Amino acid sequence: MNLINFLFGVYPYIALTTFLLGSLIRFDREQYTWKADSSQLFEKELLQKGSILFHIGIIALFFGHFAGLLTPHQWFLNWGVTDMMHQTIAICLGAAFGSICMMGGVILWKRRMYNPRVRANSRFMDIFILDWILITLSIGLLTIPVSIYHAFNGDASIMINLSEWAQAIIALNPSPHFLDRVDIIYKVHLFFGMSVFLLFPFTRLVHVWSMPLGYMFRPYQIVRTKFVKQR
Amino acid sequence: MKVRANFSLVMNLDKCIGCHTCSVTCKNVWTNRKGMEYVWFNNVETKPGIGYPKNWEDQEKWNGGWELAKGKLQLKSGNKRSLLANIFSNPNMPTIDDYYEPFTYDYAVLQNSPLVEATPTARPRSLIDGQRMEKIEWGPNWEDDLGGKFKHRSEDVNFSNMEKQIYGEFEQTFLMYLPRMCNHCINPACVASCPSGSLYKREEDGIVLVDQDKCRSWRMCISACPYKKMFYNWESGKAEKCTGCYPRVESGLPTVCSESCVGRIRYNGILLYDADRIKELASVPDDQDLYQAQLDLFLDPNDPEVIKQAKIDGIPESWMEAARQSPIYKLAVEWKVAFPLHPEFRTMPMVWYVPPLSPVQSQIDQGNLATKPDGVIPSIETLRLPMKYLANMFTAGKEEPIVLALKRMIAMRSFFRSLHVEQKTDLSVLEEVGLSEDQVRDMYRYMAIANYEDRYVIPTSHEELRQEDFLGFQGQNGFEFGNDGCSISPNASLFPDKRTKSADSLQVVEFFPYTPAAKISEGEGA
Repeated sequence: MNLINFLFGVYPYIALTTFLLGSLIRFDREQYTWKADSSQLFEKELLQKGSILFHIGIIALFFGHFAGLLTPHQWFLNWGVTDMMHQTIAICLGAAFGSICMMGGVILWKRRMYNPRVRANSRFMDIFILDWILITLSIGLLTIPVSIYHAFNGDASIMINLSEWAQAIIALNPSPHFLDRVDIIYKVHLFFGMSVFLLFPFTRLVHVWSMPLGYMFRPYQIVRTKFVKQR
Repeated sequence: MKVRANFSLVMNLDKCIGCHTCSVTCKNVWTNRKGMEYVWFNNVETKPGIGYPKNWEDQEKWNGGWELAKGKLQLKSGNKRSLLANIFSNPNMPTIDDYYEPFTYDYAVLQNSPLVEATPTARPRSLIDGQRMEKIEWGPNWEDDLGGKFKHRSEDVNFSNMEKQIYGEFEQTFLMYLPRMCNHCINPACVASCPSGSLYKREEDGIVLVDQDKCRSWRMCISACPYKKMFYNWESGKAEKCTGCYPRVESGLPTVCSESCVGRIRYNGILLYDADRIKELASVPDDQDLYQAQLDLFLDPNDPEVIKQAKIDGIPESWMEAARQSPIYKLAVEWKVAFPLHPEFRTMPMVWYVPPLSPVQSQIDQGNLATKPDGVIPSIETLRLPMKYLANMFTAGKEEPIVLALKRMIAMRSFFRSLHVEQKTDLSVLEEVGLSEDQVRDMYRYMAIANYEDRYVIPTSHEELRQEDFLGFQGQNGFEFGNDGCSISPNASLFPDKRTKSADSLQVVEFFPYTPAAKISEGEGA
């Protein structure tokens, strides 16, 4: 097995398994460490700018990748979305939200590294995961010129290959050969991106699972009783 | 009607001497940990002043508590959607400098200093990043006994609708102490604001707690609490708050702050209220009606209807008896001498305050001020504290209830002075303020004598009925964080645990080697 086969045939499963199982174990065993770990108490102004931009960007990027990569090709065609339209939308939205995320991320990085209070209270993993996401994001932004080049040549096949590779992974039918023609920059981005999932359970990112949408539907007040119902 | 009991307190400010014993004992029990250095579940403020954190009462600034939006009760910081929209950055959240930067001193310098001419000094160091602090700018009680400029202190919002400038003059100065803690509100804004639902009110005793395992550090409660008594533990990344000393209260003991109060100003007891009417009464349109609305929410434990319903709702008989004996009920409902702090926040707080009398004794002694006919007890017009100021604090600006309470406290003094000095019962002073002789004798017993058994009437929580096997708890840890109580290797975890680079108050190390600048070598200067 060569490196490419390992990285794009086996590593995705290592990353996804760690992501799911690790999150589950941590949720089950380590509730006290399960949190967003806000540092707003120490610094407010930069956080306001950075955090909002970063989160808007990264949430849009996540769902953009999710929909773009995992929607079956035929569905797009049925909806009347041609491959070229798909690629144009991907480039535009990716560039827009990638830049928003980058702006926010850089502000957050600067804040984390250079605000003495925030820095002193950063764990190794807090800084590491932020660095890692920013590198992943930079490489992702660097793929845009390549994608534009493909688009100008009327070639959407690279994008289709990427999504077919991703769908094959989900279908438990790893097919690294889909990436044979794909430029190296995409592969590096894939590796960094998959690693975010691998690192996920060991960082503060776990707060993503706890997105509190249930708040919208619960009454304001919560009353709990100490008495458990007798069986 | 749905009857519920709420553990509540009254603080008799007339007796508070501002000694901070409550704060210190509370600190030692609950918040002497890393991440909590800046936190005081209980603190004592000097009023007028801006308090802790700075200007906490100013809800135009912090957007804490509730408001009526088109007649409907809603968090002042906005509806649920806007609260979630602010989750990436809470615009109303105070930062550490609004409290104060916690600090320690380089104490080791005092022991390790070489022989020097000048006395070595232990200089302050931040307990957040471990850096040298050249100057301490603010502390937990910076305005103690009117410390600082009046200009700064006068930002106190209780001065609203007052000509506050005259109180900056020395002759007009006034001062009072305000001990503050979590109010264990009936309509808590912190609980309502928690996106993950980790905050809750206990059905049995109304104590408001944070489920540490469910808190996700969304930090909405910190700003939603109008009293700023929700705190962010920056070490654990979780919200913490006053626990009402529930392990003590469950066993029938008063809270630590109450037990240690040297002035005997604190009363612990329970009040019954109608849980079905909370929303209705917290939504009365006029802020000034909220004090009365909260009184209307309370139930009379002697009312047969209430007793009947309490039985259905599962209130134990011992709790009903405690409700009948409750000092809180007597002070707040029967004699109406205690008031909620800022009812206009609409949280229905359950720590009430007896406003302080403030006689200008030296002027009375010289005969310069009007007194009661006995020539000793001051009349209410001559008190030093402006009624408007007290009313802004306790009744959303309505002066009449405050004036009546102070008149009753003065009447109690007049009555007992004539009884002890002139050996006669002067009922005329009581008629004026609508008290009976029995009532005033009770008031005297509870407010002047204030015996331990009268101050603390706390029913136990009947754990023996709740737990199938209470011996099963033997050998378990009471309070531990995380999985420390049951993990095999408490110091190892796959997941990020303790912060290591920040300062720790319990393990103060010397951060940098100290070289005294003013070291004078032998023979120099000769």
